Amino acid sequence: MIRDITIGQYYQRESPIHRLDPRTKIIMTIVYIVAVFLVKSFAGFGFVTLCLAAVIALSRVPLSFILRGLKPIFLIILFTFFLNIFMYGGTVLLKIGPLTITDEGLRTAVFMAIRLILLIIGSSMLTLTTRPIQLTDGIESLLSPLKRVGVPSHELAMMMTIALRFIPTLLEETDKIMKAQQARGADFESGSIFRRAKNMIPILVPLFVSAFRIAQDMALAMEARCYHGGEGRTRMNKIKFGAGDAVMGLLMIGFIAVVVLERVYL
Amino acid sequence: MSIEVSNLTHIYSPGQPEEQIALDGISFTVEDGSFVGIIGHTGSGKSTLVQHLNGILRPTRGKIYVDGEDITQKNVSLTDIRKKVGLVFQYPEYQLFEETVAKDVAFGPKNLGLPEQQIDMRVRNAIELVGLDYEEIKDVSPFELSGGQKRRVAIAGVIAMQPGVLILDEPTAGLDPKSHDDILKMIDEMRASQQMTTILVSHNMDDVAKMADKVLVIDEGRLAMEGTPQEVFSKGEDLTALGLDLPAVTHILMKLKENGIDAGTDTFDVKEAAAAIAAALEGGAEAESSAGQEE
Repeated sequence: MIRDITIGQYYQRESPIHRLDPRTKIIMTIVYIVAVFLVKSFAGFGFVTLCLAAVIALSRVPLSFILRGLKPIFLIILFTFFLNIFMYGGTVLLKIGPLTITDEGLRTAVFMAIRLILLIIGSSMLTLTTRPIQLTDGIESLLSPLKRVGVPSHELAMMMTIALRFIPTLLEETDKIMKAQQARGADFESGSIFRRAKNMIPILVPLFVSAFRIAQDMALAMEARCYHGGEGRTRMNKIKFGAGDAVMGLLMIGFIAVVVLERVYL
Repeated sequence: MSIEVSNLTHIYSPGQPEEQIALDGISFTVEDGSFVGIIGHTGSGKSTLVQHLNGILRPTRGKIYVDGEDITQKNVSLTDIRKKVGLVFQYPEYQLFEETVAKDVAFGPKNLGLPEQQIDMRVRNAIELVGLDYEEIKDVSPFELSGGQKRRVAIAGVIAMQPGVLILDEPTAGLDPKSHDDILKMIDEMRASQQMTTILVSHNMDDVAKMADKVLVIDEGRLAMEGTPQEVFSKGEDLTALGLDLPAVTHILMKLKENGIDAGTDTFDVKEAAAAIAAALEGGAEAESSAGQEE
């Protein structure tokens, strides 16, 4: 069950999208998120969905894999849908006890659900097509102009890299500790919420101890290999802005222009 | 308490692209009161195997009987199984979490729902069984102890549940030679005084050879060999082919035998082996000198 978490996973494929400069993809994602919030009509969503579908098709990541990532967030989508559906005034469509569903409510609920789904799928495309290392390199490069005003861009990027690298390690560690405590008769599956929260202590304490131990070892290993921060550090794989990135950039300008026009005129 | 494993198969992520057969049709029995050693190289499936024996993992196929009861059935109480079979994981000190040693050791018995007074008694017994001073250590934080002491406390945490079968997965991994010997001695003494059936998973052929009555060799999820240490370690070439080693003593005795000095290969004890070699050398010398006299 712990292995089902797919958020932030990378999907290995050879595709034009995978080959793009990570900086292009990060900016693309930001532009896309802004666009999803700008759109105010269903026609606009149709356009955004079409563009997203084109990117997905180009990336050759199977749709089933992308949709699997939606599963854990399904409950949140459902929750916002039902919250919205009962919250608006307008022409009453249906009345169940104290709850009324209006045309306005239904419209907003569907609208919000589509917006959420588009947001999640769109932003997961970034991590699905970009290796974590590339992603942090991209972020570092994008933040580097801020170095002048004292933003430690290299350190921030390194922290992100390490955090990402630790996710599988900590999942494995959690699995091991859970088993060990289960062997001592611990029960994580039954009881009230409070009981269950309390039952987490035998996992959390060893997990923290382990995390600190692993972090300490890692810091030592990095220092042993002369790591001393970003100053004067060179890279094996330089990120490069290529022809594909230029094309994508132009398409992006077209994309956001259409969305802005939709916002103003529709 | 006896354990019978029949045709045990475990498949990780069945039906998925990353499907992996971890255990493949393993059958064996562990007699009541015996000491069984399980050896195999890294990734052979030893740890997966022992995690089945107290219900942490459920088999994909096959049956496991503990004390005659089938523990693979759905309605079996896991608490009952864990009362019978205690499992000490690799690096068990990483499971310590309580403020004091006594509280940590009490975690298992508490989960079994025993009365307070009985828990206290078991905790005291368990801590003393692993060779620590109860009064001295009970209120110390487990995080302040040395590596060897931490491991003893962690083992005590399982002993306190008073299982009929004790399984130890690499109990000496990462310890210095002195702590290594101490832990093994402790296991041997505990077994003698409590009449516990014991299963030891190990990389160390010497330990298994010296302590076990029966050795199981696991390779790629299959039971590759089974028998007394003498039987298993007499097949040196087969073991090497599986990426395993011989006990140091056996290794020397085998080499001597290859070079014409037959001192037998049955013993795993350094002193006994030395005596046997001395006897063989003297015998050989006598035979040679008598042959010379006849000429």
